[in-house]
Formats: sequence, C-alpha cells, structure tokens
Amino acid sequence: MKAKKKLTTRQLAEYGLLVALAMVLSYVEYLIPFSSAVPGVKLGLANIVVIFALYRLGPGPAAVISFVRVLLMTFMFGNAFALFYSLSGAVLSLTVMLLLKKTGKFSPVGVGAAGGVTHNIGQILCAMVVLETEKLAYYLPVLLVSGTLAGIGIGIVGGILIKRIDPERV
Amino acid sequence: MKKPRRNDFLLIAVLLAAAVGVWAWLYFTRAQSAEVKVTVDGVVYGTYPLDTDTTVRIGDDTSYNVLVIQNGEAWVSEASCPDKICVNKGKIRYDGQSIICLPNNVVIETVGGEAAQEDVVAG
Repeated sequence: MKAKKKLTTRQLAEYGLLVALAMVLSYVEYLIPFSSAVPGVKLGLANIVVIFALYRLGPGPAAVISFVRVLLMTFMFGNAFALFYSLSGAVLSLTVMLLLKKTGKFSPVGVGAAGGVTHNIGQILCAMVVLETEKLAYYLPVLLVSGTLAGIGIGIVGGILIKRIDPERV
Repeated sequence: MKKPRRNDFLLIAVLLAAAVGVWAWLYFTRAQSAEVKVTVDGVVYGTYPLDTDTTVRIGDDTSYNVLVIQNGEAWVSEASCPDKICVNKGKIRYDGQSIICLPNNVVIETVGGEAAQEDVVAG
C-alpha cells in the first residue's frame, strides 16, 4: 500500500460526493412506490454512479464507492440480512461489470445490462442460501429480464454522464 | 462509444435468451405433485391425493368452495365468493402451485412432489 500514492484531498472529496449521490439515488428509488409481483424487480439507480466511477475514476474507486454505499444504506435502513443480500449483489455485479469493461468490447449500455442482471442473480443466490430453498429459482426468469431492461436504461444514462462530465475539468 | 454497439446487442440478446432458457428449464423439469393440502382459516382442513378422483365440498351452505380432483389435477369448480378468482385460477398439478380464495380464507396448495424435486434447481 505504501508504494501507492496517497489519497489526495481532491479524490477524497470526489469519492465522498459520489457516495452521497449514490445514497440519494438509492433513497429516491426506495421512495418510489413501485410494487411488483416478484420481489427484487428494481431500477438500480445507484448503479449509474458506480458505472460512472468505473469509467471515469477506475475499478478501485468504483468498488470503494459501491461498498461504502451498501454499508451506509444498510446501517440506515436495513438489517443484517439486507447487508448479505446487498453485498452479494454488489460484489457479483461489480466483478462482472469490471471484467466486461476491461475487454473493451462493450459500451456502458452492455456493461449496465450485465450489471443489472448479475446484481439480481447475486441476490437470488444469496437468498437461496439464507432461506435454504431452491424454489426461489422460479423468480429467476423475471429477474433476468427486468435486470437486463433496467440495466440498459442505467447504462444509457451512465454513458451520457461519462461523455458529458470529465472530472479532470470540473 | 459507437463501435461496441453490436457487442452490446449480442450481450443483451444472450441475457434475454438465458432468461428464456431458465424459464424453459423450470417449466419442463417441474415435478408432478403427489397431493393437495387444503387450509381453511389457517387450519389444515384436509389432504387429498391427486391420483384419486374425488369432489370435496369445503365450508358450509353459505360460504363454500367445491374442490374437484380428476386425472391428477385439482381445481375449484364452484364457489360462494363474489369474484370467483379461485374458479378462474384453473387447474393445478405441479409443485409450488396454489389456489387461494381470500373471501372464504381457503388455501389449496400442492404438496409432496416426487423424488425428482431435489434436482429441479442446483443453483
């Protein structure tokens, strides 16, 4: 760690800002009275921030921002189980998005779609382990479709932001 | 961002195809249930094997549901409730299916699939 550059004040402020933004987006999503027959169908607005960070700041900062957001949101609104669900979704989706981005073959739209889907898969897998039931797999088809569609939308918005906002010049 | 567009479409197509694949897999591997369990007001009313044809009248004269079991399928043929959701629900025979009548507080669900049940999902 010592070989690496220290976190600059600027970076610290940047991460803090993005974490706050991600938390606000999570909260906005939490406020939207959107109910569905299948639990787990959601937009994943906070992923806009994570995708932005992934492209503009790099994988490390994106991971830090994502995990800090999950931790803080859980402390404020969730319980221990919610932390498991959120973390497994976040870890899987972040890993997949990182790998896809690294190939350089996909735009933020593809990365977002994969991120949305894998977030849902991570949560379902975690729920299957926690609740010890394989019946939850019945939700998978719906969650795969909803995750893809929501992820495409998130990726489009993320792509626009990445193009328009250059942190070096802000 | 223009060049990767084709890859994005491919990726999205693969994801949606996976959804269809999982759905088809679940659909074709679902297990025939052994019996249906009837619960009224949260109390188990009775359990009926699906391989024996029978007709059961659940309830009294004013509020009732008529459960029919025939050819390994179970359905509600008649009910006193106003909306008839339980009647319109149709026939159930596979694991995890249920017919619920909220006005009469009746739950009919499939239980006890065959041994193949364990293989349905490995994760």
